[in-house]
Amino acid sequence: MQDERLNQMRQTFFEEAGELLSELESVLLEMEDRPDDPELVGRAFRALHTIKGSAAMFGCEDVSRFTHRFEEVFDLVRNNEIPVTRELIDLSLLSRDQIRALVDAAQANAQPDEERSAHLLQELEKLVPSKAEGAEAVNQPRTKEEAGEEEETTTYRIRFRPNEDIFASGTNPLLILSELEELGRYSAVAHTDRIPPLEEIDPERCYVEWDIAVTTNQGKNAIQDAFIFVEMNADLKVEEVNADFDPESGYDPTRIGDILLARGDIRQEDINEVLKEKKRLGEELVSRGSVSQSRIQSALEEQKHLRESRKQKEDTEAVSSIRVAASKLDQLVNLIGELVIVQARISQTAADRDDLEFITMAEELERLTAELRDNSLGIRMVPIGSTFSRFRRLVRDLSSELGKKVLLTTEGAETELDKTMIDRLNDPMVHMIRNAIDHGVEMPDERAAAGKPEEGTVHLSAVHSGANVLITIRDDGKGLDPSVIRRKAVERGLISAEDPMNDQEVLNLVFAPGFSTAEKVTNLSGRGVGMDVVKRGIEALRGSVHIRSQKGKGTEVTIELPLTLAIIEGLQVGVGEDTYVMPLSIVEECIELSPEDIERAHGRHVIPVRGEILPYIRLREWFQIPGRPEGLENIVITHASDRRVGLVVDRVIGEHQTVIKTLGNLYKGIKGLSGATIQGNGNVALILDVPALVTSVEAEELRLTAG
Amino acid sequence: MGKTILTVDDSASIRQMVSFTLKEAGYEVVEAVDGKDGVAKATAGKVDMVITDLNMPNMDGLELIRNLRANASTKFVPIVMLTTESQDSKKQEGKAAGATGWIVKPFKPDQLLGVVKKVLG
Repeated sequence: MQDERLNQMRQTFFEEAGELLSELESVLLEMEDRPDDPELVGRAFRALHTIKGSAAMFGCEDVSRFTHRFEEVFDLVRNNEIPVTRELIDLSLLSRDQIRALVDAAQANAQPDEERSAHLLQELEKLVPSKAEGAEAVNQPRTKEEAGEEEETTTYRIRFRPNEDIFASGTNPLLILSELEELGRYSAVAHTDRIPPLEEIDPERCYVEWDIAVTTNQGKNAIQDAFIFVEMNADLKVEEVNADFDPESGYDPTRIGDILLARGDIRQEDINEVLKEKKRLGEELVSRGSVSQSRIQSALEEQKHLRESRKQKEDTEAVSSIRVAASKLDQLVNLIGELVIVQARISQTAADRDDLEFITMAEELERLTAELRDNSLGIRMVPIGSTFSRFRRLVRDLSSELGKKVLLTTEGAETELDKTMIDRLNDPMVHMIRNAIDHGVEMPDERAAAGKPEEGTVHLSAVHSGANVLITIRDDGKGLDPSVIRRKAVERGLISAEDPMNDQEVLNLVFAPGFSTAEKVTNLSGRGVGMDVVKRGIEALRGSVHIRSQKGKGTEVTIELPLTLAIIEGLQVGVGEDTYVMPLSIVEECIELSPEDIERAHGRHVIPVRGEILPYIRLREWFQIPGRPEGLENIVITHASDRRVGLVVDRVIGEHQTVIKTLGNLYKGIKGLSGATIQGNGNVALILDVPALVTSVEAEELRLTAG
Repeated sequence: MGKTILTVDDSASIRQMVSFTLKEAGYEVVEAVDGKDGVAKATAGKVDMVITDLNMPNMDGLELIRNLRANASTKFVPIVMLTTESQDSKKQEGKAAGATGWIVKPFKPDQLLGVVKKVLG
């Protein structure tokens, strides 16, 4: 689009150049009749000037270069240094034709006739009496990119005293100060001594001057750049200040006397005299009238600034960091995983041996391993802020594309999350932010009509909650309409029209596979584009997604994620000979399943728990484990996908540090298992993916009842 | 936002380029084809900043600046002039006439926006 726009502008330039060249031609011809008419010379000069300027803007450098030399000749004609002769006009007409040829070549992307250009310029030069080459240095205000970044930060002391009439040039000195403020750490003190008594004040004059200290890594040029337009209208002094303490000479540049001295506010004699009296230097200098109170104030400000810079510099040196390849960290975590497994075996062996010394050592090892694990997992943690800031661009582009006004606010950018997790979180989040802007936030006029501010807000927040991180994407758009979702779901055959569902259950349908795949849903119903994909993506990270929405008020999607992927706290359970592990974070409680309960349910897999009917899954049946349970069975109550489901097991073994190993390709397709882990005794335990397990059991059930 | 910038230039392509760049950045833009037109438009409505070429028919940029500085409503409006590198003397003249700053042609959109930010905030 940018290119197209540029092309269009170039097109305008070509047309304009054509017009100007015609104008130039007729002016030159008129000149033949009236060589002394200064107006004609002026017109010719202007035409050349405009062509030159525009040509340079639109990348036709050869046109610009040629015209520039041509124009110089006419500048001399204008100043009566060259007479208008027949020869000049002939040459000018030829040169004019050459510009035409160059412009045409540029338009056709063809090679221009450089030789002819050079020849004509040579001829033109001959007309110039003495060479008056006035190539002056380009004095362009630079942009940030050009200024170049320097790693080293330096503190500058700036005294800025605008002329009293600075306002007459349309300059606002405060803008210069704010430009400096953007360069780095900044402090400024305004001196108001020069402000006259009220009755003498002319509000159109500037009486204030400033002492400014800036610590920046962008070099002195950036500072001078800020003042580039006012150099002529102000007294300006920019000095580099070194804040470092020099241990050899004992010189501390942050002493107040040294600052005042360096600024030229006082003389060395003043200091010496005061120092003899051993009072506080600043107070004494003021009371003696050696220096004004505001100068001292300003020097104190600089002192503070310098000391802070110094401290910061020392701090950064202290918390220096090193960059490590992510693969090395992965390897470290893998090794820790192995270590944790070995440690578990040692602990178990120790417990079996009943050797006190051995047990003590095993406990020691366990403590160290846990610390090592936490530490190395901590290394992989990165703040989510960088991801957040990437979304700024997305929000900006998307909202301008759709003609909406959207403000992105973020919270908790410093919240840390496993690096892999952050990488894999990107896509689902992009999806949801798109949804929020595309379908959530209304057009400005709609919002105004609904009594909301025209600018919609999308709020991203991240916060730690126990072993999990909660990431919320909230918009203040039109929200979801449960009745529309219900209608869609019925149309798509996901539910029947009679299904009794509360609004929250209806909202959750947006996560159902097949709820929305066609584009027309986007236009009709609003939310729900590919939310099933989002949900699957999050669940693959062992997380969960929840949606809340209020019609007219907005929508909030919350993603709950475990802090890390590699090692989890698990609950070990046993069925027959086998051992299974499930994430402890989804376990609510464990209860017994008595034979009476089974009997009362009349063959259905439900049990009343604290007044609620709880469905359960018998792992023994589902995984087709032969044999019968010995004694009482247990139910582990879990919450998965917003529901409580019980898992029936033979026995609950206990908490277990679970190092997650991925299953091989052969086992990838098995529903309800997310991985495996190695136990203390060397046996393998399978890790249950409870949400997936529940889904597949349900599907199976549905198939059976339907069949 | 919503600040209005007047661009004065006899070259339609430069006007278009300036105008497009500024509109992209969220400014309102008013265009004038020469100094005379510029004075009329600057004094007719509220203009927060003026970007003007120097060489123009009817009334040139310097004259325009002097005119605006003499007018109570535009006395303190930031005025940036477009110059070419060979015109350092013009820069001085422009400052003397009351220009706030300058941009040297050719310039890139970023440079233009940088200067606008500098004088308009």
